[in-house]
Amino acid sequence: MTDATVLMGHGSGGQMMKRLIDEIFLEAFDAPELHAGNDAGVGELPATGRIALSTDSFVVTPQFFPGGDIGRLAVCGTVNDVATSGAHVRYLSCGFILEEGYPLDDLRTIARSMAEAAREADVRIVTGDTKVVERGSADGVYINTTGVGEVPAGICLSAGACTPGDVILVSGTLGDHGIAIMSQREGLAFDTDIVSDAAPLNHLIAAVMQAAPRTRCFRDPTRGGLASTLNEFAEASRVAIEIDEDAVPVRPAVRGACEMLGYDPLQVANEGKMVAVVPEQEATAALEAMRRTRYGEQAAIIGRVRELDRGREPHVRVRTGWGATRILDMLVGEQLPRIC
Amino acid sequence: MSMSTTRTDQTIDFAAFRDPHVVRELIARIRNRVGERQINLMEVCGTHTMSIGRYGFRSVLPPGLKLLSGPGCPVCVTANRDIDHAIALARLDDVIVATFGDMMRVPGSTTSLAAEKAAGRDVRIVYSPLDVLDLARAHPDRQVVFISVGFETTTPAMAACLLEAADRASDNFSMFCANKMTPAALRAIAGDPETRIDGFILPGHVSTITGLSPYRFLVDEFGLPGVVTGFEPTDILEGVSLLVDMVAEGKPAIVNAYRRGVRTEGNPVARALVDQVFEPVDAVWRGLGTLPSSGLRIKPELSRYDAAVRFDVDTETTVEPAGCRCGDVLRGRITPEGCPLFDRICTPEHAVGPCMVSSEGSCAAYFRYRS
Repeated sequence: MTDATVLMGHGSGGQMMKRLIDEIFLEAFDAPELHAGNDAGVGELPATGRIALSTDSFVVTPQFFPGGDIGRLAVCGTVNDVATSGAHVRYLSCGFILEEGYPLDDLRTIARSMAEAAREADVRIVTGDTKVVERGSADGVYINTTGVGEVPAGICLSAGACTPGDVILVSGTLGDHGIAIMSQREGLAFDTDIVSDAAPLNHLIAAVMQAAPRTRCFRDPTRGGLASTLNEFAEASRVAIEIDEDAVPVRPAVRGACEMLGYDPLQVANEGKMVAVVPEQEATAALEAMRRTRYGEQAAIIGRVRELDRGREPHVRVRTGWGATRILDMLVGEQLPRIC
Repeated sequence: MSMSTTRTDQTIDFAAFRDPHVVRELIARIRNRVGERQINLMEVCGTHTMSIGRYGFRSVLPPGLKLLSGPGCPVCVTANRDIDHAIALARLDDVIVATFGDMMRVPGSTTSLAAEKAAGRDVRIVYSPLDVLDLARAHPDRQVVFISVGFETTTPAMAACLLEAADRASDNFSMFCANKMTPAALRAIAGDPETRIDGFILPGHVSTITGLSPYRFLVDEFGLPGVVTGFEPTDILEGVSLLVDMVAEGKPAIVNAYRRGVRTEGNPVARALVDQVFEPVDAVWRGLGTLPSSGLRIKPELSRYDAAVRFDVDTETTVEPAGCRCGDVLRGRITPEGCPLFDRICTPEHAVGPCMVSSEGSCAAYFRYRS
């Protein structure tokens, strides 16, 4: 390809677009469904009778950050969302909105990074779309991905299934992604070794389901962090959730950056972490299963689901090392603009 | 600025200051010492307010010991008229207004900077005043106005920024200065017959600049103790413990319990920088009214950088939000829960007053960390 940047013609539907797709996307994704060149990718789905479907759009800035890029994020984010249903994730679609003038080398890097993440997750990108908008109408590249998976028979995970006595697990350290992005922001750049945790967690979820088949639910604590995820669980199940502040894994560097920026690590975004709620009897098995997977080595049990006291609304509370408690609210507005 | 060279993984090890055993011991000690007494302490630093909430101290300290939150959040004490003035500046053609994030959502009389931004005005969030100079350089055809708020800790950076602007002979940069000085507010509260404060948790960051001498009047004129403390759990509890001791024994003093950060004489270099650029002026504080020599304005010889002088704007008639008791909260007359709007009409999502907007505001801290 001779052009160095995205031109309006790359979205024209003509030869330039075909070349862009062939030389960047097909080359990277290399799936038979794409090579077939049809408008729809047709794939097999074993007939369990149920599918899981999820979609997400990615507008992160900067597009390249320590530990990943928008491409890796776009694959991992959707894979993880589909996987939280307990489904085996099979296929992804991807839609690109490209800004005129965007460097094609960067686009190629992003496509390869998506292919790499898809390989790791064992999913195939089977259909896609490309649009080009005029310079100034978008910020480089936006990606939408949709994922499809098959839900094995008998599995019915739900945020509304949390029961008093259940145990809350996280798959590793919190806040890495949000702080890694923040450290790159214009006007706020600071030196740190923190890298984004963006990772596909479908294999981790499968391992937990195997070890703890009565798991109530999973959720990846992305925007809003652990605080939002647990509040959503509490609300959906009409329970209280209590976590032990000292048990929540947070890297010292993330803690330090949060101190500096005035953030609560429990409200900072993650892109490669999973929260699971499991019955007490299966908690140890779930924890061990997580720790045996690549992205779960630092998994920890961080709290419990509690009965709601009469007259109280569902809530999440944090217990400190000295026995004090406080409410953990969802983030109100914007903390880190556009981080995923 | 310095952030670009900060290595977050080489900061002080916080663990020792958060040791649960030490914290429990300090709590037990304070409980014993307070006994049946009624003691009101006030912290006058927004970061202390947030820390006390985050550590959940109100749920474990004895009921007779009240920790009241004073005027420690620079956004919260900014008068409505100053917010309106900033908004009027943002409405000028060809003006970019730059300010800290917390200022964006503070309601003025009828609107906020955030609402003005949504309506098409150019309002930018900056993290450092020096970013504003870069903004001015990047937009030579427009005027860039920095809305400056802050106490003694932030003012030296504003002074450095303004001197840098003068150095660069920057023609399109100016500053609207609503900076304030802490001791004046302490005096107003110590002398307020409706607020019964027995001692002050003095601000750690501010004191790094001011040193201890500006607080001596608390002992000399009002017989009140004060302790400068840091922000970790053991820092704050040690400060509370020292204050409770002094109250119980009737021996008030100004004590520095934050020696790793604060020197007795403060930072004279930073103060000299401030004196070079600013001069004291009577200032209106939300809730406290006009306090003599409590604010700062840009010296006349630098007035070309003073947005209040440079731009003639129509500021709308100041309207205070109905029912909002931020003023009484800032004086320590009531806790946020004592305001009829708290958690009913006024929440962080729909804030009526500034104490609920700013992340360091008393009402936001009480709301966020209620137990």
